[in-house]
Amino acid sequence: MLTQFSIWALLDSLAEGAKWTVALSLIAFVCGGIAGLVVLFARVSGKRALTVLSKAYIEVFQGTPLLMQLFIIFFGLSMLGVDVSAWLAAAVGLTLFTSAYLAEIWRGCVEAVPKGQWEASASLALNYREQMRHVVLPQALRIAIAPTVGFLVQVVKSTAVASIIGFTELTKTGSMLANATFQPFLIFGLVAIAYFLLCYPLSLYARHLETKYHAAR
Amino acid sequence: MPLVKLRGVHKTFGSNHVLKGIDLDVEAGDVVALIGRSGSGKSTLLRTINGLESIDRGELVVDGVALDDGFGDLRTLRQKVGMVFQQFNLFPHLTVGENVMLALKVVKKTAHAEAGDIAKEMLLKVGLAEKFSAYPDQLSGGQQQRVAIARALAMRPRVLLCDEITSALDPELVNEVLAVVRQLAEEGMTLIMVTHEMRFAREVGNKLIFMHHGLIHESGVPRQLFAEPGTPELANFIGAVS
Repeated sequence: MLTQFSIWALLDSLAEGAKWTVALSLIAFVCGGIAGLVVLFARVSGKRALTVLSKAYIEVFQGTPLLMQLFIIFFGLSMLGVDVSAWLAAAVGLTLFTSAYLAEIWRGCVEAVPKGQWEASASLALNYREQMRHVVLPQALRIAIAPTVGFLVQVVKSTAVASIIGFTELTKTGSMLANATFQPFLIFGLVAIAYFLLCYPLSLYARHLETKYHAAR
Repeated sequence: MPLVKLRGVHKTFGSNHVLKGIDLDVEAGDVVALIGRSGSGKSTLLRTINGLESIDRGELVVDGVALDDGFGDLRTLRQKVGMVFQQFNLFPHLTVGENVMLALKVVKKTAHAEAGDIAKEMLLKVGLAEKFSAYPDQLSGGQQQRVAIARALAMRPRVLLCDEITSALDPELVNEVLAVVRQLAEEGMTLIMVTHEMRFAREVGNKLIFMHHGLIHESGVPRQLFAEPGTPELANFIGAVS
């Protein structure tokens, strides 16, 4: 059986799947990051309605499995007559999921900036937006870099869930190959290595950034 | 018309009635020392004057800008009132020069070059011109506090609030900060300071205010009050701290 699949053919297919894992991860990073910023600003705005809304948003996406979120987007929307492809459902689901987590991570970073920084900048007559832009966010950003990149590793691994709604990324490619070759151990071993190769550089980068920004205070 | 005027100012934190009706007049050029035990409301009083604490009742006017019941034109008020904190609160991600220039550029829309000149002038005044490009964590506590003073002065405030500005300093660094404050007082800057430095309050201040249980318990000329406190509470307090 294996004779039909040379190791190079296997690797080639897995690489094709990995490409979609990377694409999905990138979309989740970028769109999730932008949406996360919006949620963050709502969350720390101090305005009651915005705080409640953003809190609810974060709780919903943190308190339910990513898989359920994908199911609801994928099956729920098609029941409502909106035709959603697996690709779109995965991209939207991961974006929402990522935005909720990033907003919460970043909220912690904003709140880690000492109260004295708010008071000093307020005393200098800066308004809320100016305080955020010139004093609080630059400091929060330094604190945020390492945990953010660290969370992105989680996002890369979370894209595997998209395989369940039929999106052909790395994991889905792996299961199809495993079914065809009857070599699940080999195939999923390769899949695991591929995930590791994607994630490990990110982890290293997170550590590097942590040292770098720690040193530059 | 006094520069700073408070009438019947009340402030409550939850069930804690911190300010119970404060009347206070500060004239231009006054150097006011606020003293009292911790919890007497002296820091809260100071913080109401630039709107860091809203007031629940009463009236606050600084140089013609009124702030009633916690609302008013905070931005205008705060350009007239500078503040220096116990913990310095310099912006750690900015250089000393950028710390001093930030509000000039952002709030007053001063051009970069001009803001730089003002920052250099202010740093020269506090004796730290050569630290323009240093970061706050490269400075000693006393130097950081002097930068904080320069940062507040750069906005050309009408009155400078000092909230226990030497309390977080090592003893050997206290004098360099007090020397700067003394110099400001001599130049005619209006100062309101919460302080534990009784000798400094006596020597530099022209008004002493003793806070007790959320009220101004006694006020007057420092030398006289220190020599002959009018109430047993002030006498006790002076006895306890000196």
